[in-house]
Amino acid sequence: MTAIASSPSLADNPSCSDWIDLSRDAVVVLKTGKVEIGQGITTALVQIAADELDVAPESIELISGHTALGPLEAGTSSSLSIETGGRAVRLAASAVRAIVLAEAAKLLQAPPESLAVEQGRIIVSGRETDLTYWSLAPSIDLEAQVLDHARPKEPAERRLVGTSMPRIDLKAKAAGAGFIHDIELPGMLHGRVLDPPASGRRLEAFDEAALKTAFPSVQVVRDGSFVGVIAEREELAVRAIERARRLATWSEGFQVPALMREAIAADSAEPEIVVEKGDVTAAEGRTITTEIERPYIAHASIAPSCAIATWRDDTLEIRSHSQAVHDMRAPLAKALGIDAGNVVVIHAAGAGTYGHSGQDDVAYEAALLARTVPRRPVRVLWSRAADFSLAPLGPGAIVRAEAKVDAGGRIAALTIQSQSQAHVSRPGRGGTINLVAAERLAVPMEKGSPPDVPLARGGGADRNAMPLYAIPNVHVSKRILRDLPYRSSALRALGGYANIFAIETLMDDIAASVGADPVAFRLDHLDDARARAVITKAAEMAGWPGPTVQGEALGIGFNQYKNRSAYCAVVARVVCDERVRLTHAWAAVDAGEAINPDGIINQIEGGIIQSASWTLKERVNFDGDAVTTRDWEAYPILSFSETPEIKVSLIVRPELPGLGVGETATGPTAAAIGNAVHRALGIRVRTLPITRDAILAASI
Amino acid sequence: MDAIELHVNGQKFGVHADPDTPLLYVLRNDLGLKGTRAGCVEGQCLSCTVLIEGRPQTACMVPVGAVAGQNVETVESLVGEGASHPLIDSVLKEQAGQCGYCLAGILMRAKALLDREPAPSRSDIATALDGHLCRCGAHVRILRAIERAVQAGSARA
Repeated sequence: MTAIASSPSLADNPSCSDWIDLSRDAVVVLKTGKVEIGQGITTALVQIAADELDVAPESIELISGHTALGPLEAGTSSSLSIETGGRAVRLAASAVRAIVLAEAAKLLQAPPESLAVEQGRIIVSGRETDLTYWSLAPSIDLEAQVLDHARPKEPAERRLVGTSMPRIDLKAKAAGAGFIHDIELPGMLHGRVLDPPASGRRLEAFDEAALKTAFPSVQVVRDGSFVGVIAEREELAVRAIERARRLATWSEGFQVPALMREAIAADSAEPEIVVEKGDVTAAEGRTITTEIERPYIAHASIAPSCAIATWRDDTLEIRSHSQAVHDMRAPLAKALGIDAGNVVVIHAAGAGTYGHSGQDDVAYEAALLARTVPRRPVRVLWSRAADFSLAPLGPGAIVRAEAKVDAGGRIAALTIQSQSQAHVSRPGRGGTINLVAAERLAVPMEKGSPPDVPLARGGGADRNAMPLYAIPNVHVSKRILRDLPYRSSALRALGGYANIFAIETLMDDIAASVGADPVAFRLDHLDDARARAVITKAAEMAGWPGPTVQGEALGIGFNQYKNRSAYCAVVARVVCDERVRLTHAWAAVDAGEAINPDGIINQIEGGIIQSASWTLKERVNFDGDAVTTRDWEAYPILSFSETPEIKVSLIVRPELPGLGVGETATGPTAAAIGNAVHRALGIRVRTLPITRDAILAASI
Repeated sequence: MDAIELHVNGQKFGVHADPDTPLLYVLRNDLGLKGTRAGCVEGQCLSCTVLIEGRPQTACMVPVGAVAGQNVETVESLVGEGASHPLIDSVLKEQAGQCGYCLAGILMRAKALLDREPAPSRSDIATALDGHLCRCGAHVRILRAIERAVQAGSARA
């Protein structure tokens, strides 16, 4: 028997019972540490399990992101849930099926190969028996190790996987109580927290007595510069916190160089070498350089960050839409001075957040408020302004890429340096707490400065900085800024967005300088057949190179996300009149096995639209240490009228592992738009977003 | 405090709340109609859009006292007992959502549009939805779903 590829998720949760429970008749309880963030993962996991077990998907009940009842898995991030969590579910479900069939074979005295399962019932040589998973459950041992029994189906044997099963959660989210915001626990109270103008500010004066006089029925909670209110009715909590805002005087902020370029230059950070291949200094050729600038970008979830906390004696139960329900327990416990074993986190769906936004912060704040009212659940919602100004942002970056092009028009060397704040600072990383309210307590807790993500885990600032192109000499470095006051953390694709924008901008510039077609030039520098296939397909779908009309053009961008996940090529068509309009996008994607093709297409479409919004419109503005883009008017995103036509083509390879697709379209879309603008106008815009002002600035 | 009489989705309710209370909180917390989403609560994202006398309005900006006796429709009216509204079926058929938080408000805007104009063009639909924010990028599917509902409506007519 050949060895089965395992999953890191199985290392901490090796038993079948960590994943599957058959103790309730006709129900398969499937347990996962991965959580639904609008990406459709719960539907995909149900498909995988139902397929391996031969049960109806409707018979599966999911426990997702429950730290007391479910497996401990790494957070839902980095497009890894299918690759690791999905693989673990497949192996566990296949192991349960194998164990049950072995027991059935014994009881029926039938050869195992004559047995099958239909809707959970054992079939022998095509005939139904009385035996089911549930009738056999008492006589089998689900404590058995998954890897000892796993025998996942061959691709051709799968029936549900590979089909576009509809989302199991969509109806409640469209028209019912589908979100954490909609949970109503018995005796629940409503909390709100006073927002400082910036994360590091402290209260200089606060007239607590006036607040209490004005709102006698509202409970005021204060610890240093942390102020919150608790009320029986939500609108009362809202009104009280609005009054509190007028009764507070905050410490002054401080100045930060307004231009990112200056702030980055002034930072004390040293560069770190990430990859050295060959010798870029010894390579000979003509030098072509690009330097791109990406602004700070907000996660800008549509829903407010939300959590519900309940204390019973010294144990804390949190309902949270965090993407890292397990990892948040230790920093929460540390910041609350309790044992992490006394914290239970239960996931409930929020709106999409696309990374680390305010989800964990608000959970801590709910815990601080709820501690004053034992046994009463307290539900806290953040204000829109807090979600824009206090939550972590996707960090601004400068990426410089320099190529040497030899006499034959081939790239002989590439040097790339990515500079930004750290891309992941989730609570707990590197032993830090990083919960924004913890900095405001009377005895503040050190925020700490976690390390950037190492390349072995996909990289942070250097994610996708190593080009996939066949270039003999490559030098990649990053400089992680330490002095800027802004909260930065994971936003979809991390550094991959800016790095791919830089690399793909440079690829087009080099192609133009040697008189080559951008698509042909890329193909000439790619050995990877799957990479070549997506580029060729996207170009074909778009009718590359398209007509040459002043102000209108196609542009291309490509990446393999993290250089190890899904391949994606995007061709964008732009029309540049008074502004840049993305009218069409064509994408070709290779994610190996496709668990749910429509789910993949949905993710790619969303990735394209969100990236187009960042690339054409979005920039967080600051005044010193404070974010000044604090509402939707100041931070517009792509609208329905601005929506492009999108076509997505999947190259499905059922025999290869399924790869995550949540982030693979982000970088290529930005690059495709930038390259299309360049081909349409002859103007190379290197400062994002590509607004009319940026085009004018780039043209002089 | 006298009860405020509300007519929501064809049902009458008496609510004891300060008349200045935003309708959003009364719908969600007093009537248990959680489908109306709290988004920015500043009247900018339109995720809490409901129909008042058939006109789309943001429930976060409307004081409950101002709608006493008027007809309020929320997204729950589209999924009552029996058949769902074609807009719901279309959203599910097209899988027109990712996180889904923006959908309830969009569905109510679309209902108002279709009630007024049974055969809007794609650009009419897009224009009507401008102002509704979707962050996941489900725009293409949402537009397609509403077009599908338009076709379903004209097939029935």
